[in-house]
Amino acid sequence: MSDASAHAAATTPAHDEHAEHHPGWSTYWKVALILTVITVFEVWIYYIPSFVATPYFIPVLLTLSAIKFAIVVLFYMHLKYDSKLYRALFVGPFSIAILAIIGLLFLFGKVAIRTSLLQ
Amino acid sequence: MATSTLGAPVADVGHGYTSTGLPNRKVGIWAFIGSECMLFASLISTYLIYKGRSLVGPFPHEAWTDPSTGHVFKPILNIPVTSFSTFVLLMSSLAMVLALAAVENAEVPKKTTGDRILGNSKLWLFMTALLGSTFLSCQAYEFTSFVHEGLTIKTNLFGSSFFTLTGFHGAHVTAGVLWLLTLLAIDFKRGLGPKDALNVDIAALYWHFVDVVWIAIFTLVYLIK
Repeated sequence: MSDASAHAAATTPAHDEHAEHHPGWSTYWKVALILTVITVFEVWIYYIPSFVATPYFIPVLLTLSAIKFAIVVLFYMHLKYDSKLYRALFVGPFSIAILAIIGLLFLFGKVAIRTSLLQ
Repeated sequence: MATSTLGAPVADVGHGYTSTGLPNRKVGIWAFIGSECMLFASLISTYLIYKGRSLVGPFPHEAWTDPSTGHVFKPILNIPVTSFSTFVLLMSSLAMVLALAAVENAEVPKKTTGDRILGNSKLWLFMTALLGSTFLSCQAYEFTSFVHEGLTIKTNLFGSSFFTLTGFHGAHVTAGVLWLLTLLAIDFKRGLGPKDALNVDIAALYWHFVDVVWIAIFTLVYLIK
């Protein structure tokens, strides 16, 4: 077997398998609908002053945003279906990025808001 | 034939595949996306740290009266326009996955009109680029209106961090639109098929990453007061 044919034999089935593991069109439409509903809900609660004034406003928005983020990464970027190496390549730096944001917010005094709430 | 550390057959690691059996370009785009996480984390951190520390307005969510002129500046962020552009970008991600699915299934026979529409990669690549351009148009409108209302990158800390963060994101969207138009041109020239699925997949990963960054920016910058 030549290099080229050996390569084709090794890669073509792998690529077909890769394509088979991706979700179908019906999943994509459902994901888009969920993303739209969450976005509408986020904007809706933004216009409710009584809810904005509660301590639940920011946690709810952050949770909804995290859900949207995870849905896109898992279903549209296929991280749910693809190799674990891709997951590691994304989750590793992403975790460091989140920790960096939290660390910098502590370092520059943004955490003072939280301590005042606890008092 | 050699086998990879993950057990997949590997014919030749020098021809586009790593020793893990995974395509090196896809491993590369994921590593790039990981590094982009760090870039946007630094920009988002900067925005959050400077938030509420501007000495002069205009401010994002509060009205401000200029003491020297008495001019009243209303809250500057336009949530309806940004909500629309967020929806547009989310829908562009849907169009992108449909474009990838169409390329992957290009050789599957299309029996119904619905199959032909869903399997039309040119249509979905064009829709993705169009929606991306619409998002950029909304951003251009937003930036222009901010400058007209007195907020530039030099006005205050909010202006500096806001324009830097959203400007970097807009530059990424612009690069993505150009990438999509390139793929569309190739599709028109010779057609995209399963053998091109990896190229489209890599562009799609970049596009979705730009989308998820905006999901974070929309919440942290626009919705959280």
